Formats: sequence, structure tokens, C-alpha cells
Amino acid sequence: MKTKNTSMIKLKFILNGKEIELETLPNKRLIDLLRNDLNLTGTKEGCSIGECGACTVIMNGKAVNSCLVLAGEINGSEIITIEGISNDGELHPLQENFLKYGAVQCGFCIPGMILSAYALLKKFPNPDEEQIKEAIAGNLCRCTGYKQIIEAIKNTKIS
Amino acid sequence: MKEKFNVVGKPVIRQDGRAKVTGQAKFADDYKFPNMLFGVMVRTNSTHALIKKIDYSSIANDKNIITIVDANDIKGLKKTGLIRKDQPVFAFEKIVTPGDVVAMLVGENEDELRTLARKVKIELEELPVLTDPEKALDENAPLIHPEFGTNLIIHHPLRKGDIEKGFADSDFILEQTYTTPHIEHAYIEPECVIAIPLGDKGIHIIGSIQNPFTARRIVAEVINFPLNKVKVEQAELGGSFGGKDDTMCILSARAAVAALKTNRPVKIKYSREESILESYKRHPYRMHYKVGYTKDGKIKAMKIDILADGGAYCSMTPFVTWRSVVQATGPYEIENVWTDIRGVYTNNPYTGAMRGFGSPQIIFAQESLMDEIAIHLGITPDEVRRINGFRQGSITASGQRLENHEVNLIKVLDIACEKTNFKEKWLENQKHQNRRIPTIEFDEKIRNRKLILSKEEFVEPNEIWKKGIGLAVSFRGSSLGAEGIDAAAAYLSIQNDGTAYLLCGLAENGQGMRTTYSIIVSEVLGIPVENIYYLEMNTSHIPDSGPTVASRSTIMGGGAVKNAAEVLRKRFENFLREYWKLSDDDLIIFENGSVFVKGKEEINLSFSEFSNLAYKNGICLASIGWYQGPKIHWEEETGHGSAYFTYVYGCQVAEVRVNIITGEVYVDRITAVHDAGKIINILGAMGQVYGGVTQGVGYAIFEELDKHNGKPRELNFDQYIIPTSKDVGEIIPIFVEGKDEYGPWGAKSLGEPTLELTSAAINNAIRNAVGERYFNLPINLEEILLKRKPRPEDLKRGSL
Repeated sequence: MKTKNTSMIKLKFILNGKEIELETLPNKRLIDLLRNDLNLTGTKEGCSIGECGACTVIMNGKAVNSCLVLAGEINGSEIITIEGISNDGELHPLQENFLKYGAVQCGFCIPGMILSAYALLKKFPNPDEEQIKEAIAGNLCRCTGYKQIIEAIKNTKIS
Repeated sequence: MKEKFNVVGKPVIRQDGRAKVTGQAKFADDYKFPNMLFGVMVRTNSTHALIKKIDYSSIANDKNIITIVDANDIKGLKKTGLIRKDQPVFAFEKIVTPGDVVAMLVGENEDELRTLARKVKIELEELPVLTDPEKALDENAPLIHPEFGTNLIIHHPLRKGDIEKGFADSDFILEQTYTTPHIEHAYIEPECVIAIPLGDKGIHIIGSIQNPFTARRIVAEVINFPLNKVKVEQAELGGSFGGKDDTMCILSARAAVAALKTNRPVKIKYSREESILESYKRHPYRMHYKVGYTKDGKIKAMKIDILADGGAYCSMTPFVTWRSVVQATGPYEIENVWTDIRGVYTNNPYTGAMRGFGSPQIIFAQESLMDEIAIHLGITPDEVRRINGFRQGSITASGQRLENHEVNLIKVLDIACEKTNFKEKWLENQKHQNRRIPTIEFDEKIRNRKLILSKEEFVEPNEIWKKGIGLAVSFRGSSLGAEGIDAAAAYLSIQNDGTAYLLCGLAENGQGMRTTYSIIVSEVLGIPVENIYYLEMNTSHIPDSGPTVASRSTIMGGGAVKNAAEVLRKRFENFLREYWKLSDDDLIIFENGSVFVKGKEEINLSFSEFSNLAYKNGICLASIGWYQGPKIHWEEETGHGSAYFTYVYGCQVAEVRVNIITGEVYVDRITAVHDAGKIINILGAMGQVYGGVTQGVGYAIFEELDKHNGKPRELNFDQYIIPTSKDVGEIIPIFVEGKDEYGPWGAKSLGEPTLELTSAAINNAIRNAVGERYFNLPINLEEILLKRKPRPEDLKRGSL
């Protein structure tokens, strides 16, 4: 992305539970901020136009494509990336189930997929299959055919 | 044959799973190095042109340019290729397709370089463009690569019996033409590679590389280094499906040239648009089938003429079309066969390996044809397949007797029919076909027509969705066959605490190969899977095992891993027999992390204690396993030979609904019955079926890479539509474990069979639903309603 002729802005936001303060260009994409400046490379870039969902993160409780969010939009918000899902090395139940049900193949779509599911379960703790399919319809996966992913989400119970 | 398994066939958590669900897995673009530069491609807007002059003067002094590399910087081969060396690393004579790259700008700021790349002035002399493969062999066709004197890349003939006599002996003759489109692999991770110069030690490549040994060979010949000075490391691979081979070899070579020139690490990272523009596709086929059969349904003769669009470069076209010629008649015993397959050059995107590798096309044609024969004769689709299908001892079109493995074609067909209640549903649907799909012709008539439906044209709401069921069967040669050298290596090293390192010379593509191999070691030596550390794939650590293609990782790599484990086990048993003073009759068991003597369980050690003991006694705890496929042969002139050393069989049944108003096809259920031999990694095997079938559904009803003047029109996922979570109904995998002497415990191939059948099964189900036959993939809304694919006149499509 072009970042010329723009002045830096100060940002304050919560990232994976920690307060972050930094200076950046307002038109920097959130995905670049995460991957390049903050070294959180679990967020993946697949299409750069908001179609594939590999760059999904949670912003204020909602799953968003971080390639379509600019730094200027995130001031004061709460962001969760795949690195913020597990707690002190202990996997989140969703992550456990993705492993148990064989939902992972190449793994490139998986961080985004887990975050879309995470946002769904926060809103609807017991989603039906249609809700699950709808929640991950914006996350493309070319390996798995989605079936084991859907099973993994369906069988996840979060307290 | 081993009957009872401890780990094989049981659900095992993926070796790389934890890293992948936590975001820790490192894909190529996640690697960063100090002083790293970026490489950005310079392309033209041309499809076919002579390069007269490349003028960098407008950007040469820009502060963002560290250097510019082009063909002049290449010290070794300027043109490369896996089979035929026709693809330049940087185009220097001609542009032959819009993806071609003439130079690469190198600098620290990737964004600035992308702007500058458009400012390079390239003087071209435009040439006539060839996009229609049917015209490629015309006398006056423009030659894509004049040095070969023809646009013909390959011609595979196959002749069996007497074709004219076969037709004369037939009661009926049916002729049909089928077509399939360009298909994009659509791995979610775009291509990325980094080259790091190592001074006297050569160069290190890290990338999203499907076949590290192939990439090493290509890089070495381009930079003119010996093989041992090119270390190729595979980053975690974000999908490939056959697609990160040639392209990645070339990108690795470009990065290497730039890294050596600047003596700094150079990263190339493709956008999705660049990825789709430059990478190769699945071959479009035009297939003409002529079949003669008796009134009893016995096929007497099949004449097949296929034209494959190879696009601008040879790539894998000779091998892709070779698999087609072996399997083009389907799994049927036919006395008289006459097949010709030609692959030709055009200015279209080049075509190469993609999951299926020459089989999805021919199966779409030939399995559609089988249903037409059944319908014509008034028998059910399963019957016509039972009449002609391979059985134990049957002889293939190439004259190979199928005898060294269980020929389970009829078995998979029977199971699929039984599980789906196929015959009853099929016959019931045949009764309720509505042949009145309201086909609209866009001509003068419609403009003058009143757009009020007459009573006969009105469709009752409950009549809109039509249900259909269809099936398709296939046989498929496992591994490379007579394409090439077929052997693989594995390295297994036990540590003196009982944990282990494992590595195979094949590469993880996401399919779960690391887990399958760990299960094999665990089964043989009783080491818990979690105690096996699967090493990083690097060409300097393991012997060249050929490419990870042709669904060969389980059968070949698995064979090598099993060999490595068995060599150790034999060595360990010999040591223990002496140490424990056992007789030759005593059976030593390695199971669940312990070692003991059968019937004398008091004699036991944990595997960890045993490893330490063996280490202290000077026993070598490491081995390199090797597995070589048996000899096969092929006669190119006649198409005769034992093409593959073993085969797998599959049957898929598709149940669909067709909306006769909108043309929408929804796949309610695919029942996929596969004999892939012994199933080792059950979660992985199910994943292969779910994923393969879903790709097959995309192939059947959504996907098509359209071109304008050779340039792909769909350059991103807003236009190139692949199935989402909502697009495919139920998928039911069923495994039949046929016995085979090859592969680990008879485990064979599954990845490609899962995809190759789906489009034909869906086409047959649509026919069953609406009584119409479709001949051109994809069977999308336009195909259903208009029986043609409207093509816009220019490149503009969607938001671009």
C-alpha cells in the first residue's frame, strides 16, 4: 500500500488483552501493522481484497478482514488475533477441537477460520450448523472442504 | 499380512497441528531477514510479441532501486523447465503469454517498486496471437516457440485391437464432444520465496515450494552452482494441489539471481492477482469420443481424440496427457481402442500439474458417456458399468493385466449403490423429469415477444427444484508410473531417551504426510506419535526422493519410512535377543512405548530405557530407509505397457437439486467410496475426501478461468469463485481397504481419486434430474439455462 505524503498519528488500543500505544501512518492496513510492525505473523494475507478471510481478526467482538481495516480506524478498539486466543500455552477449546476433528490441513486459512468461529461462539454459544456455515462463509479453505471445521466448531463448548 | 494395528487407522492429532492452530507455523512470508530486499516483477501488456528493447532509464536512478535483474544477469541456463527447457526465467526474446516477466526490480520498499515497475519502457513488436488450441496445428498458425518448428508439444497414441472391426461388430455408435476449462489451483497462500546468499557455502532458498528437489535442480542450473551449494528449505506450505512446482522453481531462481547480485537476502511475494496471472492452470481439454456397443450394453470399440491446451510453455503437459491416454477409456475392458491425445502450445496461460493430473477431464467425458449408453439402452447406470467394468485379471487399454492387487471396482460400485439406494432413486427420478427448462434465446424474437408466460410455460412452485442422482467410477494408477524414476528415502534417528527424529524426502503439502509417516514409525517401533519430531524439509538433509505428486506420498514415502523403521527394529531385535538371551522363537514386541517378550511379559523395558541401553551398547540408532517402485514399461508408439505398478478404484454418487428457473445446481450429498488400500491416517484420509470432493464440486458447477486475448479475466477471489462453507451439502467418505503387496501394509493413493470423479457424478445426477445432458464444464447457471457460456467482449469484469 502507498503510504506517501501522510503524517503519523498516535494510536492507543487493546491488542490481545494488552494496551498498546504506537505511532503509525493512518492509512496503514491493520494487517501490515500486525504482521510487519508488531510481528504477529499468525494473521495471513491471501487476497488483499477481503474475499478470502485469511487475515480475519476480531475487532470489538466482530470478525473483520484486517486487510480492509486501516490503522486510523482502530484507535480505542479491542483487537484479538490468533496469538491472543490461547492462554499461557493452553489451547482454547476451539483450537483443541480443530486438532481433534482433523480440521487442519495446510493451515493457512486456520487462524482466520478459528477467529470467525470465536466471534460466532461469543455471540451464540450453541450455534446450529447453518449459523456455523454462515459465520465461516467468508473464510475460504481449499484443502478441507470445511466439513471437519464445521464439526470442530459444532462440538466446541465454551464456558 | 499384519492384521491387528495399534496406531494405524486410528485418529491421531496432526504433527504440525498445534503450530497451525496457534498461528506459530511459519509460512514463507513469515520469514524476515536483516537487510532483506524485495523483488517486484516487470511485465508487459502483451500476449505475443518480440522484445526489441528494455529501457530502464526512466527509473534507473530512483533511490528505491538497489538493482534491476533480467536475463543478462543469468550465468547458467536462461531458459528452464521440468521436461522441456522452453520457459525463460526472464523473457528476453519474446513475450508468449501475459504472465511473462521481463525483469525484476530489487529494493527495500516493495510498494515503491510496484509503482516503478509500471514505468519501465519495453519496446515490442506485436505478433499474431494464438488462443484457440484447435488452430494451433494449422499450417499458418503463429509458432509460439519457433525453435521447435511446431506447436505440437506431445502426441500420445494408443492402439489396441481393430477399431474398425469393433465398430462393425457394434449395434450402436454414439459420438460426443466434451470440453473442460482452465482451472486455477486457488491455494489460499500466494507464492512467496526468499533467497539468502551464503558466500562460499552457496545459497539458501526458503519458500512455499511444493517440490524442494525440483526447485534445487532448477535454481542450480540457472545460477550455475553445483547441487550441494543450493539448499532448498520448504516453509510451511499454504496449499499447492500441484500448483507450487514450476512457478516456484522460477521464482526461486529469480530470487537467487538477485540475492547473488546484491549479496543480500531477497524476498519475492506475489499478490493474488500476480499469482493467478503467472501461475499455471489445469489443462482445458476438448474430447471427442466415439463409442460402439451392443444391444446388451457391451462396449466393443472406443475411439478417442483429445486436444489439450498446453498454453505458452510445455511444463508437465507430456506427463499429464500420458496419464490421460492410459486412463481415457475408464475402468472398462474394451477390445478395440484407438486413442490420440495431443498437447499444443498457445498464447494462453500455461498448464501443468493440478490435482487429478489429466484424469478429471477424461472422467468427466467418459463417465458422462457411459450414462448416455445406459439411458439409450434402457438399463441403469450401474448395470452398464457392471457389464464392462474391470474385474480381477482384466486387461486395460494398454494391455496390462490387473492381477497383483485386489481389483475392487465392482465392490466400490456395489457399496456406493447400496448405501445410497441408487437404483431405486435413479429410476424414480427418471419418471419425474421435466424437460421444459425454460431455455431463452437472446434473439430478435424475444425482443418482440410478450414477456407473459403462457399456461404451459408456468412452473408450479413445488416443481422448481428437481432432484437427481448420478454416479461415476474410476481406476487410477498409483504414483508416477512410467513417467519417471520412482523411489523415496526416509531418515529415522532414535535418541537415547526414546524420542525420535523423522524426515522423508517428500514434502508436506498440508495433506498430513508428516502425521502419516509418524503413525507408521509408531506402529513398527511402538514409539508414541507425540515423541516423534518431524524435521524441517531441507534438500541438504535427506536424499532426493522425487516430487510430492501423483498421490505418491503414502505409498512411496510411507514405504521408505516403514523400511527405515523396520531396519531399526530388526537391529534392535538382534541386539535384545542376545542381551536377554532369548531363543529364536521368542517374539519381541514393540508396543505403546515399551519393549517386551511375548508370553514372558516380565522381560520388558520402556522404549526410553531400551534406547539408552542400546545407545550404551554402541548400537546405531539411526537408519535411512528406501523404497523403490517395481519396474514398469511403456511403448510410446503403440501405447502398450504396464503403465503403473498398481491401481486404486473409486465410485462417487452425487445427489443434487436443480432449480429449473434459475439454473442453480445444489449438491445435497456426495457418497464417496474409495479403495485406497490400507488407511493409515484416518483423519487425514477423511480430510482428503472432503477436500477433494469439494474441489470436484467447484470443477463441476462453479470454476472457470476465462481469458481475453490469453489473459486471465478472473484475477482474484471476487471473480474466480471457489466453494465456500455454504456451497456443498453432505459428504460421506467410505473406505474399502483392498489388499496390495506394495506400499506400507498395502496403503496406496487417495488425494487425487477423491476429486477426479465428482464432476462426472454431478453431471449424471443433473441429467437424472432434468433430462438434459451437458457437455461443457462448468455446469453453471448459463450452461443449464442457455447451454452455452456467454463471453463478454473485453477484459473488464467485476470491479477491475
